[in-house]
Amino acid sequence: MHLLEIKNLKLEIDVGTEAAPVVDDLSLTVDNGETLALVGESGCGKTTTALSIARLLRTPPVQYVGGQILLNGRNVLTMSEKELGKVRGRIVGYVFQEPRAALNPVYRVGTHIKDALKLHRPEAANDEEVIRLLDLVGISSPEHRLKDHPHELSGGMQQRALLAIALAPQPKLLVADEPTAALDVTIQAQILDLLRDLKQSLGMALLFITHNLAILNNLADRVAVMYAGQIVEIAATRALLRQPLHPYTKALINSVPKLTDSGHRLETIPGNVPRLGAFPPGCRFHPRCPSARPECANTMPALTEVEPARWVRCPYAKSR
Amino acid sequence: MNLLEVKNLKVHFPSKNGLFTRGQERIKAVDDVSFTIAEGETLGLVGESGCGKTTTGRATIRLIEPTAGTVLFDQENITAMSGPALRALRRQFQMIFQDPYGSLNPRMTVSQAIAEAIDAHRLAATPESRNARIDELLETVGLEPAHADRFPHEFSGGQRQRIGIARALAVEPKLIVCDEPVSALDVSVQAQVINLLQDIQQQRGLAYLFIAHDLAVVEHISHRVMVMYLGKVVELAEAKTLLKAPKHPYTQALISAVPVVDPDTKRQRIVLPGELPSPINPPGGCPFHPRCPIAEAHCKTEIPALREIAPSHWAACHLAT
Repeated sequence: MHLLEIKNLKLEIDVGTEAAPVVDDLSLTVDNGETLALVGESGCGKTTTALSIARLLRTPPVQYVGGQILLNGRNVLTMSEKELGKVRGRIVGYVFQEPRAALNPVYRVGTHIKDALKLHRPEAANDEEVIRLLDLVGISSPEHRLKDHPHELSGGMQQRALLAIALAPQPKLLVADEPTAALDVTIQAQILDLLRDLKQSLGMALLFITHNLAILNNLADRVAVMYAGQIVEIAATRALLRQPLHPYTKALINSVPKLTDSGHRLETIPGNVPRLGAFPPGCRFHPRCPSARPECANTMPALTEVEPARWVRCPYAKSR
Repeated sequence: MNLLEVKNLKVHFPSKNGLFTRGQERIKAVDDVSFTIAEGETLGLVGESGCGKTTTGRATIRLIEPTAGTVLFDQENITAMSGPALRALRRQFQMIFQDPYGSLNPRMTVSQAIAEAIDAHRLAATPESRNARIDELLETVGLEPAHADRFPHEFSGGQRQRIGIARALAVEPKLIVCDEPVSALDVSVQAQVINLLQDIQQQRGLAYLFIAHDLAVVEHISHRVMVMYLGKVVELAEAKTLLKAPKHPYTQALISAVPVVDPDTKRQRIVLPGELPSPINPPGGCPFHPRCPIAEAHCKTEIPALREIAPSHWAACHLAT
């Protein structure tokens, strides 16, 4: 049994008077101890997918239209609020992009962590455990830091504190939504190292959401690339980065400036990411695809397994 | 010949404006920075948040008053100018901002925003020639003339950044200060804007001061790159040289921390301990010494000067050779 299994998830969001699809026919799995990265540009539905796992989306405007989200085999979408309370935090923990926005400015860092402990592990709600958690996430002199207020910590330290809160209930799955996007490169590298260490030492599964393909090396076991609400490719990280099969994945990798190719012209993807509610018919990438064929505008391709454990939503991916 | 010459630029801010604390502590946001930009050249400026790169860019074109130092633009001292003379010269240097959402007036159509720049410097004799100029500018940046009557909210982030570029180009400047122009954009769109900036530079011989935190982007677009740390320049060299043979330990760490897509790249990562110190109370001696992996005793007391270690390769480190 998978730790997390999403089957044909379909989400819609109210845009004015209409409902527009945000996530469409999305299926993925995360096993115990595994790291899956969900990659895509803004508006592709990656954050919405992440939030749906613990049913954190506000309904309305979002509607769960179809599909299943199974955590340890149990469907989150049919759970009662009481059951959900046991899932949130204890099975799925979250870390968000803006640590400053996720921390309450009037509470001390230690209070945040102790609150999480009181709720989920009341037997361990003491200063020793708080200090142990702060130490675990690499905050130096934790016995002093627990008395700090969030504004006294730098961005990197705030992100570590947030991680300590998420880890307090000992979740099986940690969902990290762009945890390093707001940080400088040197601090980003520190936080990525920390996540890598933690998931190994704690045996925790990680769903890592990012727009940055370059940070996935040595972090993710598998990568799922999203475009306009759909998964367009899933593969092992190395295989995907080395030899992307979907034209979108290819273009995405090539449009990142590399440290070694100055002077060359960057490859670009023409046009813009489609807006919510204005997803094109047929293959959603076809208006921007360099190798689109006429039939791409009519038929939506299915996500198909082209090699073992390698899924692509493009019927011509193999022949290219 | 140098288009821009910045000498010993300093920008110090009071850190608090309270009744009793006024004037006591000063943040040295930019501390003794000197550099030049030649015509048609791109100088990249990198550093982490709070290192003073944006303040340097703004003080260079006097959007912020420098505390000390001189800026020569085309041999003219802009730091000593004021009023109409400065306003007339402003035509020559423009700026593109990071946030394409915040830098356009939501109540102005695209053509109004561009026309404002043209009118401010009286660059069009008749409304017809002005409109023709707007159409031509939109075409240059890859937008359609039909876009002219739309409002900023009707555009995506990348398109808005194109409008910002068109507006900067409207007055035919010689220098554009680009402050993080692509960091708010999606990767696929970021590449479009970088290519556009390079095309425009080739066609018009513009110079750029390109400020960004993403070393890969800066290295891609720049001829020379300058690295800042806590308000000071720590290294300045040709883009390729800086990347292949960085001399300053901070630059070395910065380059090693840049994430790489290619899974086969083998690199030694230098992990810097600690975080950027506060610029209110910077460490004595070399500002980088508390995080430096090779610091020696005298680094704590003596401030290293920016010296030319190899031809056109400058670094501010006692130990760099």
